[in-house]
Amino acid sequence: MEKLEKSLREIAEKLLSEKKVDLIIGYERGTRPLRTTPCFVNKTEDVQKLIWDSSCDNNLAKYVVDRKEKVGVVAKGCDARLIAVCIAENQVPKENVIIIGVPCLGVVDRKKVESKLEEKEILEATIEGEKIKVKGEEFELLLAKNDFLCDSCLTCKHRNPPIQDVLVGEEVPELTEVNEFTEVENLEAMAAEERWNHFNGELSKCIRCYACRSVCPLCYCKTCFVDQSIPTWFGKTNDLSDTMIYHIVRALHVAGRCVDCGACSRVCPVNINLRELMKKIEKIVKERYNFKAGLSLEEAPPLGDFKSEDPQEFIK
Amino acid sequence: MKWKVIEKSKLPNLIGELAREYEIFAPVDRKSIGSFERLASGSEVSLDSRNTKKPPKDVFIPQTETLFTYKTGKQEVELAAPQVVIGQRVVLAVRPCDAKSFVLLDKFLSSGEYKDAYYKEKRKNTTIVGLACNHPLSTCFCTSLGGSPHGKEGLDVLLQDINDKYLIEPITERGEKLIEKFPWLKEAERADIDKAKKLSDDAEAAVKSKVSIDGVDNKLDGMFDDPIWEQICQKCLNCGICTFFCPTCCCFDVLDEDGKRIRIWDSCQFSCFTLHGSGHNPRPSGKERMRQRIMHKFNYFVKTHGESFCVGCGRCIQECPVNLDIREVVGAISALPTDKRSDND
Ligand code: SF4
Ligand code: SF4
Ligand code: SF4
Ligand code: SF4
Ligand code: SF4
Repeated sequence: MEKLEKSLREIAEKLLSEKKVDLIIGYERGTRPLRTTPCFVNKTEDVQKLIWDSSCDNNLAKYVVDRKEKVGVVAKGCDARLIAVCIAENQVPKENVIIIGVPCLGVVDRKKVESKLEEKEILEATIEGEKIKVKGEEFELLLAKNDFLCDSCLTCKHRNPPIQDVLVGEEVPELTEVNEFTEVENLEAMAAEERWNHFNGELSKCIRCYACRSVCPLCYCKTCFVDQSIPTWFGKTNDLSDTMIYHIVRALHVAGRCVDCGACSRVCPVNINLRELMKKIEKIVKERYNFKAGLSLEEAPPLGDFKSEDPQEFIK
Repeated sequence: MKWKVIEKSKLPNLIGELAREYEIFAPVDRKSIGSFERLASGSEVSLDSRNTKKPPKDVFIPQTETLFTYKTGKQEVELAAPQVVIGQRVVLAVRPCDAKSFVLLDKFLSSGEYKDAYYKEKRKNTTIVGLACNHPLSTCFCTSLGGSPHGKEGLDVLLQDINDKYLIEPITERGEKLIEKFPWLKEAERADIDKAKKLSDDAEAAVKSKVSIDGVDNKLDGMFDDPIWEQICQKCLNCGICTFFCPTCCCFDVLDEDGKRIRIWDSCQFSCFTLHGSGHNPRPSGKERMRQRIMHKFNYFVKTHGESFCVGCGRCIQECPVNLDIREVVGAISALPTDKRSDND
């Protein structure tokens, strides 16, 4: 890790001093255990703040859209793919961003660690190779990191940024064999009513804080439909049917674009598993259009494009 | 009135008796999100946990609240007031920081010229029973804001966990009346009170997180156009988490839906919060919205009501998805040189 951090800082320093970029967006240590925070560096002396480890979970692609200056962004596989989507959708001029790719072995899901510890508060944590060392009042535990990774990371097939301008360190092996749609298949196996109850249960927890939208790099609309008042597209109370409309519309807006970075599920303060819905749509897009988002800088998302070979069985 | 004690095993009996007369709200661990819910039966209460993830404010300010209903005819509009309050209520096991939030909410919503009838009515009918914190979290900083893990402000009764029992301390007359309803409660012994005192002292010392807010209000006076807001807001996503989870944040929006005038929680962090009908938005970017949140808590509220609009519960620190830590924000402001003011005046 230290080697990677060192090389990351060197790359950042070089980009800044050679004026290739005005700003580096990366991660620095946060104020809580297992917590890093987005960091914006525009002076070479500050590159020392930059860090890299499995607690770098925020999706930095979010900060690339709508910027005037040239930026270098530290990007995991999923972040890099999202930057690629934003470039393909003409939201970010390619010449304005340098993707500093970091091969990623998955990020830690703090909620999983916390639930393992139940009521005990973590006061200190360090990630050392394959282990997470957590300390609190009168306890110290060594956890196997792989048991506490985000669900998205457990089935991620692009841990090495497929698109990058400079790579930090060496590529890591990809998880070619895993089935990324197990959860979706479980959903599909449910009877309609059971599935309905399942989603009712999950979404009834939603408090409409819209953090899942705010964190998603693809939710860049100048005015989100959530915020429109003329017309109002759906009710704003926490009535379940309105909450569902919000989630369904958002899911459709990111159809064929979502890369399963997991950010929306990670930020949800009431632990709603949004991934299931996103993953189901990803599966449909894959089956119908043989498309996976974020692997090209040019290809438009299938729902925003027409190809003569697109399935058209609805035309009878 | 003398202090009482109740064995932990007897607590469900007390709650059961209370429930005959009162609507009870208490911390409930529903789908692993601690929140204050209306109790159906005494058994679900979770008192052993840390403070609830969600603050108790929705007992008084529900996320969605119908203000009145209406019917529109050709010529006339017919209005009907909803039933405002159901009866007497008890909120059980409110932590001292959250109890203080009620005092601040009272100042904001039911003192001065404009009084919020819906809020006031519920407050009037509610007895607040607190639960002292023996184990503060690392994000708790109540002591920096005039509170304490065993603070009494805003409470009618204070409970404290003293291992096998709860010590019951009446604080207000309303609290005494509540306790009188349970003549079977045993009187506390010297040892119980001593034990509680020791636990309180330890808890106070365990609040390690300190924020220096002295002078921050005055400093903020001159900082409306300060570049610091741009720096602070850089990583902010403008989501609703820090405000929705804050026990004192109570901004709302009003809308009409299906013959109902409804008020819902709103957040100063949302882009449409200050959007005018004309399309103009005086707070067009994250910078202005972040400034509003900090100014309201540590300047405007201090000027109008004499104290900060934050109780140091630490929820915004725990929940913020980008670790934008309010302690750091206040710390950064407090560390600015004082002559900063004149630059901007
Ligand atoms: S989804 Fe893949 S690239 Fe993204 S954090 Fe997880 S393992 Fe890394
Ligand atoms: S982050 Fe969670 S609670 Fe907030 S709007 Fe999204 S699903 Fe609802
Ligand atoms: S919808 Fe969720 S998982 Fe998909 S790209 Fe957006 S934040 Fe990531
Ligand atoms: S919770 Fe954090 S990211 Fe969301 S609005 Fe508040 S400070 Fe910004
Ligand atoms: S601002 Fe943060 S710490 Fe202060 S009362 Fe609100 S949630 Fe608690």
